[in-house]
Amino acid sequence: MPRILAATLLVLLATGPLAALAATVQVAAAANLAAPMKAIAAGFQAATGHRASVALGSTGKFYAQVRNGAPFEVLLAADDETPARLEQEGLGVRGSRFTYATGRLALWSAEADVVDAQLAVLRQPPAGKMAIADPRIAPYGAAALQVLAKMGVRDDWQPHLVQGENIGQAFQFVASGNARLGFVALSQVMSDGRIPRGSAWIVPPGMHAPLKQDALLLSPGANNPAARALLDYLRSDAARTVLRSYGYTF
Amino acid sequence: MSFAADDLQAIRLTLELAATTTLVLLVLAAPLAWWLARTRSRWRGPVSAVVALPLVLPPTVLGFYLLVSLGPQGWGGQLTQALGLGLLPFTFGGLLVGSIVYSLPFAVQPLQHAFEAVGRRPLEAAATLRAGPWDRFFHVVLPLSRGGIVQAAVLTFAHTVGEFGVVLMIGGNIPEQTRVVSTQIYGHVEALQYTQAHALSAAMLAFSFAVLLALAMLNRRSTRVLG
Repeated sequence: MPRILAATLLVLLATGPLAALAATVQVAAAANLAAPMKAIAAGFQAATGHRASVALGSTGKFYAQVRNGAPFEVLLAADDETPARLEQEGLGVRGSRFTYATGRLALWSAEADVVDAQLAVLRQPPAGKMAIADPRIAPYGAAALQVLAKMGVRDDWQPHLVQGENIGQAFQFVASGNARLGFVALSQVMSDGRIPRGSAWIVPPGMHAPLKQDALLLSPGANNPAARALLDYLRSDAARTVLRSYGYTF
Repeated sequence: MSFAADDLQAIRLTLELAATTTLVLLVLAAPLAWWLARTRSRWRGPVSAVVALPLVLPPTVLGFYLLVSLGPQGWGGQLTQALGLGLLPFTFGGLLVGSIVYSLPFAVQPLQHAFEAVGRRPLEAAATLRAGPWDRFFHVVLPLSRGGIVQAAVLTFAHTVGEFGVVLMIGGNIPEQTRVVSTQIYGHVEALQYTQAHALSAAMLAFSFAVLLALAMLNRRSTRVLG
């Protein structure tokens, strides 16, 4: 028994100073970051010793929660408007806002040969459902409508649209086969720079308003070193390499 | 308080869904509740547990299973396609199936308790008067279970109106087809349209209170009649 106590004390002494330096940061991250955030959080912890505790969701919901006192310290939004608004409303730290990535849109089907390079699937009479994120809420959904309009097929496809409350749900509708195809975030279907499943068309960035995704240091995190460290880490080459492999650009 | 056109549409759709669910579910739940009230089978326990599952499962679990099983690769989706019904997710029919599963215990349990309370004696008395089994059910059991039937109907209706997680999973948020009040409120909140969210939420609150108050008064009256 004394030996166990001594060992415990030793462990506490050894890790104590480290534990005091290492902090946890509460992150509210856009749903399209689901896959890369795992790798980024792991890299962040390895590089700094700090831990990132990540909640994924839609940016509009995070906005409502932050305004009502949610303890999030860093917001990684799916757009650039929400962080700007929070900053103006005094809920974020002034001057901490920056664009951490620009998202890419993909038209994707879980089946092979549905989405072809010539995009005949969009020009032919619509078949099946097309999933998008709710365009009132999600920038990826609004961008999807812009692409359909630009191709001149929006009216044809309008009756075939189904909406997920965020891009994660739009992806789920397509992945489960309930929607034959859909506009998803490239990050959801790409890993290691390629798209392993189904068929896809990566939408050229010029076809819709840029999907700038901004980060903001929220007021509860103003004095948390881990929060500032995470924002720094997002600018690092290590983080950008991860984001790039999921199709984000800078 | 005034509502925009799309809010009114969501309200209309919600009421349609709740009414249809209630009608279908009362017809389906009555024989099931009758069997549960009378049987001594060893299957009674497992069947009761399955009926009660929606009470404890998160609606997202139900919604996720429905989405997968009713999809093109799921057994439910293959069945509906073989029957020529097409795929149910993102349709009113899909929401109806989801609501029936989701509100099942709210219909079965009050009916079951009402049937149990009837007991065997009125049925035996009716049998000695040569009433057949259907006759006994419709002319003895149902009138004596009136309170339970009303309770089942009201609870099913109200619970379906309050449904959210299942609809979010299998609805697809299509105006006039699958956009109900709860998902509409959620959309308003997400889009920062707090005024509209407040109006619909207040209406929902008033409705729910009225339903529960009506139920409480109904319960008091029926106990007074019995006592």
